[in-house]
Amino acid sequence: MAASQTALPGNAMAGILRDAALYALVTFGLCVPIIAYRTDPGPGTELVLVPRWGLVAALCAAIFVARIVQRLVLLRRDARRALTPSPAQATEAVHGEPDAGQKTSKVGLSLFIAVALTLPMIAALATGGLSSARYWIDLGILILTYVMLGWGLNIVVGLAGLLDLGYVAFYAVGAYSYALLSTTFGLSFWVCLPLAGLFAGLWGMILGFPVLRLRGDYLAIVTLAFGEIIRLVLINWTDVTGGGAGISSIPRATFFGIPFTAGDNGFAATFGIPYDSMHRLVFLYYLILALALITNFVTLRLRRLPIGRAWEALREDEIACRSLGINTTATKLTAFALGAAFGGFAGSFFAVRQGFISPESFNFLESAIILAIVVLGGMGSQVGVAIAAVAMVGGPEMLRNLGFLKAVFGEGFDPNEYRLLLFGLAMVAMMVWRPRGLISVRLPSVSLGERRAVSGAHVSEGHG
Amino acid sequence: MATHPDTRATATPPVLTVEHLTMRFGGLVAVSDLSFQARRGDITALIGPNGAGKTTVFNCITGFYKPTEGMLTLAHADGTTHLLERLPNHEVNRTARVARTFQNIRLFQGMTVLENLLVAQHKPLMRASGYTILGLLGLKGFRDAQDAAIERAKAWLTRIDLMKRADDPAGALPYGAQRRLEIARAMCTDPVLLCLDEPAAGLNPRESAELNGLLRHIRDEHDTSVLLIEHDMSVVMEISDHVVVLDYGQKIADGTPAEVRSDPRVIAAYLGVEDEEVEAVEAEVGISVPHGDDAHTGAPA
Repeated sequence: MAASQTALPGNAMAGILRDAALYALVTFGLCVPIIAYRTDPGPGTELVLVPRWGLVAALCAAIFVARIVQRLVLLRRDARRALTPSPAQATEAVHGEPDAGQKTSKVGLSLFIAVALTLPMIAALATGGLSSARYWIDLGILILTYVMLGWGLNIVVGLAGLLDLGYVAFYAVGAYSYALLSTTFGLSFWVCLPLAGLFAGLWGMILGFPVLRLRGDYLAIVTLAFGEIIRLVLINWTDVTGGGAGISSIPRATFFGIPFTAGDNGFAATFGIPYDSMHRLVFLYYLILALALITNFVTLRLRRLPIGRAWEALREDEIACRSLGINTTATKLTAFALGAAFGGFAGSFFAVRQGFISPESFNFLESAIILAIVVLGGMGSQVGVAIAAVAMVGGPEMLRNLGFLKAVFGEGFDPNEYRLLLFGLAMVAMMVWRPRGLISVRLPSVSLGERRAVSGAHVSEGHG
Repeated sequence: MATHPDTRATATPPVLTVEHLTMRFGGLVAVSDLSFQARRGDITALIGPNGAGKTTVFNCITGFYKPTEGMLTLAHADGTTHLLERLPNHEVNRTARVARTFQNIRLFQGMTVLENLLVAQHKPLMRASGYTILGLLGLKGFRDAQDAAIERAKAWLTRIDLMKRADDPAGALPYGAQRRLEIARAMCTDPVLLCLDEPAAGLNPRESAELNGLLRHIRDEHDTSVLLIEHDMSVVMEISDHVVVLDYGQKIADGTPAEVRSDPRVIAAYLGVEDEEVEAVEAEVGISVPHGDDAHTGAPA
């Protein structure tokens, strides 16, 4: 154990032992009514009490040891921290090593893009064929949709600091724009995609104009209400939207006009390759990847332009912005409209992928998940949002495959049923250990020397 | 006060003319019928005891409050005038070119020192980036404008001695440096009138002396007049050309630092007078205080 290395004074060690003993005692007290006796069905109808004192003793011992280890680890950490002052408190320039967050940012984005670009190939190789890789490519599409939505919302929440709880409304506007334009007027996906973004952006402006004078909680409530209004309109305006039944048989995506069919003028025949129904899915995968990367590229670009700096300044201090001649209403509106437009692009992709949409897909839970992705990733961090989207969307999917847990908890255990519980636990753990998100540092948009990240302790979260 | 001799007052029109400014918050009259002028190229100080209405006057001038009554005229060197009370908040800086700092420092704490100075140059950069569209394409015109903006920021960083910390977050700077940075940020908007709300608050004597140097530099080297609120008399008396004294929202004195210092009304407002002398002093200086005599007497607040 670490005790010998740190050479603790005797009284400190005695204190730790006393503390650990107290923990063990509490554990014992809790164990007596819960664990000490198990009721098993006896030979007849009666129940038999099976004493399990050995298990209780083991648990108490485990808690005792765990508490000692925890105290020693904390003690060493505090000692280490006392020696190295936090850069946030420094009065002179601190030129420290880049921290873990920065290193992740540097390697993370290129790694993410590399894996994303090759996922269909990797999946096909690993599972032995395109058709068997269907699950993985589908999952990839789902995750990338959320990555794109997260990046879109990141402009509004992460950069401009406006809390938007109704982002899914713009996703819905985009989806219904494509669905209605293509089924009614027969417009192709490539015409509808920009139109969907335009309509969503327009709705962003229409909503933004009256509500952006609100701040903080009030803005959040109004955007939440807007999300619900859009959903209720979609349900009740049956003549146009088909109501709760939704819109079905939405035209499928084509390869720039060439349909993915088995016929003579289909994709496979045109390019002289054997027909495979997976071609369409792979194409959809690369389509959403391209859309997501465009969102990322535009956002990174905008951050270095005056408008992006004005967004971040707005998040930091709105009053100071006004005193520097920045039109805060117009600045907020551009952030809102641009975020909405990206939501609209993602929405029209959703419609073309599903081929069927209904208001059920655009409920508040979707908004909450997208917002959770942004907050979990670290507000304003593009890499963080991508990681969080993988964790939030891919994580619950992974739980379906945790068969080995059955070996631990018995045959009747279905990990899928504990999805939300584990999810909640993970969120609580995040809030305790990384309250400002996975990547909480902020990279400056411009620098004279080497670009050094700004610690999350200085960065404001915005007040709406 | 037209009594003190002044040659410049007739030579150039005042940069800021405040006429009959009144600001009411419900029943509370924060500023009452205030009129004064700030001359071009001068450092004008606005002083007065706590709660005299100085910051309210500032907020009216910089567009954060809409005055209940009165007219605020800002004249540029080329003769164009702007009525500040009619401009929307951000236009006061954008078109009338009035910049300000805040009593409680309002820097963009999570942004670097350099970024703070670039945000202040939003208007020219926004124009150069073609309202984002040209900038998104990465055209050369925008890159040049950005380089020019960085050069300008560097010049100010050298001036306020923060060049070494250009890439550090503004929130990590010590207090005195934050004050200097806020002034430099306001100056980066290229103002005609710079309004400083207690720039020396919380500074030590050495930093105060540096601040005096900085303000003199701004007055002498730039086409910028300064209007400042200050409690630190070493700053006010040393660098201001003109002092306006407020008490209970009314102007009680207006003149050169020397004149104001010897004005009995100013002494009464700052130091107070003994209870038994109140009547005599009031009769002598010719005021009747409308807000009750208690607050005016006894020890200074």
